[in-house]
Amino acid sequence: MATVKEVRVRRSVAPRFELRRMKRRNILPTILVSLVGFLIMLLFLLPLGYMLTLAFKPEEQLSAQNAPLWPAKAVTYNYEGKDLPLYNVPTADGVKQWALVKGYREDADFIDPSNVNNGVFNWKGRYRVLDPVYTFAPVFDNFTAAWNEVNFPLLFRNTFVIAVISTIGTLISCIMVAYAFARFKIPGKNFLFILLISTIVLPPQATIIPLFIAFAKIGWAGTWLPLLVPAFFANAYDVFLLRQYFMGIPKELDEAAEVDGANPLRTLVWVIVPQAIPAITAVTLFHFFYTWNDYFNPLVYLVGKEDLYPISVGIAKFVSTYGSHPTRAMATAVLTMILPAILFFLAQRQFMQGVVSTGVEK
Amino acid sequence: MAVTKNDTQTPILMPTIKDRRSRVAMQRLKWGLFFLSPWFIGLLTFQLLPIIFTFFLSFTNYSATKEFAFGNFDFVGLSNYARLFSDPDILNSMGVTIKYTLIAVPLGLVVPLLFALLVNSRHLIAPNIFRTLFFLPTVIPVVAGVLVFQGVLNSQSGWINGLLKIFGIEGPRWLSDPMWAIPALNLLSLWAIGNLMLIYLGALQSVPTELYEAATLDGAGGVRRFFFITIPMISPVIFYNVVLSVINAFQFFVAALLIGGRNGDPQGSTMFYNLYFYRQAFVFNDMGYASTLALLLFVIVMILTTLLFRFGQRSVYYAGGEA
Repeated sequence: MATVKEVRVRRSVAPRFELRRMKRRNILPTILVSLVGFLIMLLFLLPLGYMLTLAFKPEEQLSAQNAPLWPAKAVTYNYEGKDLPLYNVPTADGVKQWALVKGYREDADFIDPSNVNNGVFNWKGRYRVLDPVYTFAPVFDNFTAAWNEVNFPLLFRNTFVIAVISTIGTLISCIMVAYAFARFKIPGKNFLFILLISTIVLPPQATIIPLFIAFAKIGWAGTWLPLLVPAFFANAYDVFLLRQYFMGIPKELDEAAEVDGANPLRTLVWVIVPQAIPAITAVTLFHFFYTWNDYFNPLVYLVGKEDLYPISVGIAKFVSTYGSHPTRAMATAVLTMILPAILFFLAQRQFMQGVVSTGVEK
Repeated sequence: MAVTKNDTQTPILMPTIKDRRSRVAMQRLKWGLFFLSPWFIGLLTFQLLPIIFTFFLSFTNYSATKEFAFGNFDFVGLSNYARLFSDPDILNSMGVTIKYTLIAVPLGLVVPLLFALLVNSRHLIAPNIFRTLFFLPTVIPVVAGVLVFQGVLNSQSGWINGLLKIFGIEGPRWLSDPMWAIPALNLLSLWAIGNLMLIYLGALQSVPTELYEAATLDGAGGVRRFFFITIPMISPVIFYNVVLSVINAFQFFVAALLIGGRNGDPQGSTMFYNLYFYRQAFVFNDMGYASTLALLLFVIVMILTTLLFRFGQRSVYYAGGEA
């Protein structure tokens, strides 16, 4: 009890501390730390940059010489009915953009689009080492190609249904169990809690074979049931996170509700749950991402049932075709991560609060 | 127990109140058990019973090509266990797993802590944006992550080697070189350290500011404050993260399966123990031997965790005083 109050007091004092810190903040460390942070961030998100640029590149650009890193199109100039490629040509008065009419080994015929009346003229030098002029031009061909190759609407629908149902199951069961551990006197509760935590260590390999056999025996193989039903029986990670958060909610609140005649279930729904929204958001997202991500369970239980595949298993074949169609593979990666990423950005404030404040503070 | 003992000691002083009190307690116990029941049923059905059954299967030669029924398999005694000792693939695959773990655990200890220190720094502009973006790769599905890393680690066109080239370093062939395939997978895993970072962040924020202020008054600089206050104060969380990292590393294999296929390409260098288990169970359908492999993993993980806790109890500082 005392610790709860202490924490609250400290939190309410926090803004004033922040103010004092702000005043003391020097400009030099701020620039230095932020710059280092920014560089680390760039390096860390480099793969995402690679993915995005490739996903929007036309496939021809990969083999083009001197093409820029970003999705781009070579600029052409129409001269007498022909599309001529533009090159950056270094001259005595700076770099000029000229259109190539005819190229030879050691010289080339150019025309200057800004001065057409000058006519075609000869330039001494190797045109092949010149940089072509490119403009930023993202294409969506890779997305349509990926979309046509696998049935994305079906994959999205399957993943979504599996993720939503199993997340609901996880929420209901984990909230109940966390409530039991946080608020009820149960004989042997400490032992049970240690038992719960120790299941985190349990390798899934130790249980999957009997589960596989049992699910096949009762006719659940090749259905979503093995992916959905276990979610309704709680899991250690989420129970732990919720219980930590529930413990921080003042007991007076639920005692007041119970004096007013609410039974524990009503107390849970109307007092505890509204107080624990950050932690519940965190658990919701954790589990949603987990299901979206899960590859192993669908692989084992949905063998051969392509119309039931979630997105993870459905797109796995792109991994082996990466070599032949890298841009398409990147477009697929974008399609796969777009929904989790958007969800995360929408809920990140609540999510961070839920995870950081419960954390493993003990 | 306690109630009956009380009853015999103080015979019927205020029976109505006492009755009601015990009835209320009984009622609350029932509610508590009701709320606990999903986990407890799940523990029995999806964890305890299956483990016992795995143990049972390890004494059989059951193959998943046939339906599970008596008559479709034989009891083979300890021959699956004897096979463990003559199977060279076990040592190889355990070696791959350990190599991965030995890189993953130090990385998972240091990098998320550095990130947490960075996003917790009062000198950082817009720390919320940094937190969000550092966490972002954690929500990216592993299949998408594998697709991206195949590209970015490509020895010719990948950006990582391109970057190394700027510094004059000839980058390795990463995923296609048996030497470098494991570190490449470590890089892929390092991308998803958001959870560890947030756990550290929570710990850093719970260190009382008075400690730092007192140390500053005593003339301790930033480095000393970090090693003599921050590290001891967050040591329980460091310990927790190390345990989690070890367990996660021992369960890692999906990315390896996606990249190296069922043979652990290149040249078996990514044949993780769990991949080997998956092959025996779900490719070769050898459920009897696979159960034995699963139990071996179970025992190894248990021993590791016990050792970690033995060591952890001694090296962790608990501010609350309790162990």
